[in-house]
Amino acid sequence: MQKRNAILVLESGLYAQGESFGAPVEKMGEVVFNTSLSGYQEILSDPSYKGQIILMTEPHIGNVGTNTEDMESAACHCEGLAVKEFSRRHSNWRAQQSLQDFLKARGVPAISGLDTRAFTKHIRDVGAMRGILSTTDSNLTRLKKKLSQFPKMDGLDLAKEVTCKSAYDWEVPEWRWGNGKSSVKRAARPFRVVIMDFGIKHNILRSLANRGCSVRVVPAQTTYKEILAQEPDGIMLSNGPGDPAAVTYATQTIQSLISSMEQNGKQIPIFGICLGHQLLGLALGAKTYKLKFGHRGCNHPVKDLATGKIEITVQNHGFAVDPNSLGSDLLATHINLNDNTLEGLTHKKLPVFSVQYHPESSGGPHDSSYLFDRFIDKIKKYRGKRLEQSLI
Amino acid sequence: MPKRTDIKTILIIGSGPIVIGQACEFDYSGTQALRALKSEGFRVVLINSNPATIMTDPELADATYVEPLSLEFLEKVIEREKPEAILPTLGGQTALNLAVELAEKGILKKYGVELIGAKLDSIQKAEDRKLFKETMIKAGLEVPKSGIAYNLNEAEEIAKNIGFPLIIRASFTLGGSGSSIIYSREEFIDAATRALDLSPIKEILIEESVLGWKEYELEVMRDSFDNCVIICSIENFDPMGVHTGDSITVAPAQTLTDKEYQRLRDMAFVCIRAIGVETGGSNIQFAVNPKDGRVVVIEMNPRVSRSSALASKATGFPIAKIAAKLAIGYRLDEISNDITRKTPACFEPTIDYCVVKVPRFAFEKFAGTDQTLNTQMKSVGEVMAIGRTFKEALQKAIRGLEIGRDGLGADGKAEVKEVEEVLKNKTKNSAAFKDFLESLKKKIRTPTSERIFSIKAGLQVGLTAEEVSALSSVDPWFVEQIAEILELENQLRTRKKPLSRELIKQAKQYGFSDKQIAYCTGTQELKVRDLRKKLGVLPTYKVVDTCAGEFPAVTPYFYSTYEEEDEGEVSDEKKIMILGGGPNRIGQGIEFDYCCVHAVMALSQLGYRTIMVNCNPETVSTDYDISDRLYFEPLTFEDVMNIIEKEKPWGAIVQFGGQTPLNLTLSLANAGVKVLGTTPDSIDLSEDRQRFGALLKRLKISHPPYGNARSVPQAKQVAKKIGYPLMVRPSYVLGGRGMQIVYDEGMLTDYVAQAVMASPERPILIDRFLDSAKEVDVDALSDGKDLYIGGIMEHVEHAGVHSGDSACILPPQTLSKKVIAEIVKTTRLLAQKLKIKGLLNIQYAIQGTKVFILEVNPRASRTIPFVSKASGVPLAKIAAQLMVGKLIEDLAKSYGFSLKYGETKNNNIAVKEAVLPWASFPGSDVLLTPEMRSTGEVMGIDKEFALSFYKSQAASGNKIPLSGNILFSLKDQDKAEALPMAKALNQMGFKLTATDGTSKYFCKHGLAVDKVKKIAEGRPHVVDLVGNKEVQILVNTSTPTRSSRADGYEIRRAALRHHVPIFTTLSALRALQESLSILIKGGASRLTVRSLQDFYTKN
Repeated sequence: MQKRNAILVLESGLYAQGESFGAPVEKMGEVVFNTSLSGYQEILSDPSYKGQIILMTEPHIGNVGTNTEDMESAACHCEGLAVKEFSRRHSNWRAQQSLQDFLKARGVPAISGLDTRAFTKHIRDVGAMRGILSTTDSNLTRLKKKLSQFPKMDGLDLAKEVTCKSAYDWEVPEWRWGNGKSSVKRAARPFRVVIMDFGIKHNILRSLANRGCSVRVVPAQTTYKEILAQEPDGIMLSNGPGDPAAVTYATQTIQSLISSMEQNGKQIPIFGICLGHQLLGLALGAKTYKLKFGHRGCNHPVKDLATGKIEITVQNHGFAVDPNSLGSDLLATHINLNDNTLEGLTHKKLPVFSVQYHPESSGGPHDSSYLFDRFIDKIKKYRGKRLEQSLI
Repeated sequence: MPKRTDIKTILIIGSGPIVIGQACEFDYSGTQALRALKSEGFRVVLINSNPATIMTDPELADATYVEPLSLEFLEKVIEREKPEAILPTLGGQTALNLAVELAEKGILKKYGVELIGAKLDSIQKAEDRKLFKETMIKAGLEVPKSGIAYNLNEAEEIAKNIGFPLIIRASFTLGGSGSSIIYSREEFIDAATRALDLSPIKEILIEESVLGWKEYELEVMRDSFDNCVIICSIENFDPMGVHTGDSITVAPAQTLTDKEYQRLRDMAFVCIRAIGVETGGSNIQFAVNPKDGRVVVIEMNPRVSRSSALASKATGFPIAKIAAKLAIGYRLDEISNDITRKTPACFEPTIDYCVVKVPRFAFEKFAGTDQTLNTQMKSVGEVMAIGRTFKEALQKAIRGLEIGRDGLGADGKAEVKEVEEVLKNKTKNSAAFKDFLESLKKKIRTPTSERIFSIKAGLQVGLTAEEVSALSSVDPWFVEQIAEILELENQLRTRKKPLSRELIKQAKQYGFSDKQIAYCTGTQELKVRDLRKKLGVLPTYKVVDTCAGEFPAVTPYFYSTYEEEDEGEVSDEKKIMILGGGPNRIGQGIEFDYCCVHAVMALSQLGYRTIMVNCNPETVSTDYDISDRLYFEPLTFEDVMNIIEKEKPWGAIVQFGGQTPLNLTLSLANAGVKVLGTTPDSIDLSEDRQRFGALLKRLKISHPPYGNARSVPQAKQVAKKIGYPLMVRPSYVLGGRGMQIVYDEGMLTDYVAQAVMASPERPILIDRFLDSAKEVDVDALSDGKDLYIGGIMEHVEHAGVHSGDSACILPPQTLSKKVIAEIVKTTRLLAQKLKIKGLLNIQYAIQGTKVFILEVNPRASRTIPFVSKASGVPLAKIAAQLMVGKLIEDLAKSYGFSLKYGETKNNNIAVKEAVLPWASFPGSDVLLTPEMRSTGEVMGIDKEFALSFYKSQAASGNKIPLSGNILFSLKDQDKAEALPMAKALNQMGFKLTATDGTSKYFCKHGLAVDKVKKIAEGRPHVVDLVGNKEVQILVNTSTPTRSSRADGYEIRRAALRHHVPIFTTLSALRALQESLSILIKGGASRLTVRSLQDFYTKN
């Protein structure tokens, strides 16, 4: 019979007991649901889930185990995992480790046997809220007390917790389906891209490496001067966790990058993704706000306002840029068709643009990978322009 | 892009009769499309030869043509209706093939008609194997390596490139003969030689073997702006090698990482773009090598399919409706999601439950056919179940199948007992155990409809999940799920304490039925139910909402599970529950779904809230916008009662869904449910032989003498009393299952010996068989007082051929006024005595002038839609109103019919013809018998019998030539009667050929015919003649005794192989002769088309 050795309690009072299948620890975080059917490993290793307990709406989790290729960062930054049913046995030709062992090795608690749909609907109706997942304590009063002392997501700078400690270079491109085995093909890397790491997913790095970028990843607190000293052809603002409004140092850095471009006319394309998009918005005077329960999944329809084309996107965000706060420099480029929230923006004069969703996918559909090509095109174009400028 | 305004009239081509591989899912998709297009303001014209469909209801289209689906008739419809566009992607393969023909023959061009949904070159690229392969390779996708060879050298060259194992297929052989899997070069030479020999065009296809690979399907939609989305991924439980229609399938895919899934998604888009399907849905099948993830594309359907119907029901996303809207110019983002109403249809549904489909087979009806599943589809229906987990959904699906199983084992049936015996008696080292294990392993290795039970049995006797997976190539993840079901079963069996709440709840979450729990714990279903309720373990109902709960859903589409939260708020309005028919099977199919849908429509119009319960994903009734509430649940007592206890409906209707809900009548009534219409007692009275016999006796109604027998001696005694020939059958059967005519004691002894073995508790029913009697079907309505005879149908075939397999004519053509009067009188009498409220079907046999009653069914019959379509009076709708207390007298006025038989004005003659699945069951005989084997039906309707009959034949696929050679091979007693008809045909210009006896008889009586040798008489013999296309019509009558069978059997199979129309009864020959004489005299111009709307109004 199913064990009842774990408990998930929400601040609203909703709770359920279930079976522990992860690390035997207690963690707190904002409880959010993700509606993706596949890609739990990518989700678990996505640093943007720092501070969050992930509830999967797909009932069977763990079916395909885990492998080293599908990691989106070196660690699991999320606080916990809640599912309807974990698979005792996994089956996939690439699997190397079961999800249970994967979670235990990374200290992530997990609970199975929940009516995840009831939780999802509750969060949908009430809004994202804090929760505690415990395998060590089952006393409700104690758990609720601990929870009440835990900080809310609003105003939290979590990027500083997941950003890299020191700068590093990235060379590995996306792996390819080969003859039976996946393989990576290294190509020439003519473009230099500096990435501000707020909790970057590796597939952004791989996507750039794929397109001939030599990638330098720098910590979130890196100054604009340090960034420009790298002589980048392009600058990328990564995804990441937490409240964008709290990452003030990054906003300032971005502002400085943009004003230096405006001043010296040397334009370097900037591309922001997710938190990077929100920070770019803030840097250019827009406002951000917290969504009721956020967007997490890989079926969100986004419309490209310029072409009218729809792309099915991967999303993972709890905050958004307010489309009514865009100043005269900014133009909305993409909207979410489900709720009309802002999904992309561009600077009217500078080669600066960003999207709220995840063009690097992993997991999720590949519809938006064209944005990386767009970034590379801009890199090429503005490198040529800068070259001309310097010759003059 | 908004709606196109350059189109006013759109023609939709339906899929015709239900056949294996093309069932009522196309009624579902066609109905959705018609509604969608009509609501957009288009003039919609429909052609479909199948009257038992909702789509052919005259309200749904502006002009509805129930005419044969052939080029000839299609052109007539186009000529008359002048549509600007044809939408061919909603009528299955039939419609697609017709669209190609229309284009290739220049008919589209001639009338200026455009194909929308899919263009000609896309259809060709998808349908032509060679073009498809080339297109895929050009687009960068892999297909299984293959090559075509015409001699051994070429074959060897190809084999060298492909490597072993590989598959050899001989081209143009029926039923896959000449196909084999080859593992070595030595085997290859042999097999290739044989296959080259077998192929009539000496062509063989050599293909890389992907047997045992994983099989996936993706449902893709694309709009005119090139937006593409995946609606659903489906993973097959059975690996490659089993037709996906015959596989257990699961949604969503369970054993793919995101990287692998996204790869399939990308490939699906590449495929749909390369094929060039501009708008609509397509289904793309992939095989994935479980060892290294290599992917090959197997095929794509550039149209709505069975899988897309399943995907629609599985996700709540109405693919057919959206496909229709895309075809007229809308883009995905311009269409809203019906379920959330707030979000657009341009998204990818996500689900938070697991869906399992299990096919239903009918092998028991086709003796002599191999039951191994392969790439040719054999199943006749399917069940879908929704659960929160695979385990729950799988067990629900199995109990929904109505194959006598209560779930995955644990029910004391067949292999369960066997395994229990083995585990009890045999040590694992004994020889007997080893034998048992070996035979079980073989069953696990061979794909059959029973394999899933063998897999569980294997685990039960100690095979590991790895071993089972290696034997079956079923993914270890699925095997593990079954092992978990087994583990829980063992906990139930071995528990020490009384059943705890926790254990019952977990068993329910694992999909166990109360019956299974009762079996494992040695108690009864109702006791488990009571205990479960006492412990508060009640089902919770969850909504199918396309979005996993992310957005509020407005659509009341539910499934049960055992969770914490129930989402189905119950209203206290007056509600009526309509029980559906469950999975399609031979004898119970689309006709009953049609009736259920009509009942829902009529009751909803009267202001009742309707609740539909059904588990067949192919149907219109399980479309979420038909009823006020849809419960997608198995039709068992437990599942139905759970809904009743929750909803507390005012009443339930069990008489429209066929035998399935009818079988629940007594248990529901005993549980206090108000069964509407004819009372459960009356139903029992008509079904119980003793009670019914007594009633007939009292009323002095004639019936064939009958008796019961439980043993061979008893049977012989009864036979002596009644006299041969006899009609024998097991009790409580559907569709004539196991029914047979026996002519002598030898046949009787064989039959009883076998039948008694099959069901020891139940007696064999023995009736005097009325030889050469006419059979008549009557469908009537009654409110307990008045009677309306909807139709009297005269069968073309004599009594002895199951009514479902027989052609029939409405109104009767050869019955005397006196006989009709007696039929009307008897029907009225029985309606009164049985206190019928609703529908009544009676089968009569007429021998000379004497009327016998054969059977009374106080419920919807298979012919209700046919009669309704032919007469324009919607019997099922009216019946539903009678069941809630309306009176016939009042309804007669509003529907415009007269209570007096024959006074309702109607000059149409309609002929229903059955369609039989012979081609799917190689080895089975094509003779019509008391055992029903047809899968579907068509209607021919016109003003003259000859024309209606010709249309019915054309529609059923029997294209009757107006000249050529007719081959006669008759049994002795038919020869005299056939002679004048043969003479008439000869005079019309037909050449006649006959086998020995028949030719002698004809010659002796002055009719010159060519003689052809029987098989034993040397070549060229009769089968050669058929093979050389020297026969255009075959007339073959024979008594199905074993000795006379062989030759006739070979001739009939040969005719079937070469698509020669076959007539196996003299009555059918007579109809043929009449029909031909009119057509030959009047010329083909006599054949015209008319819409139902026209037939109804211009009488």
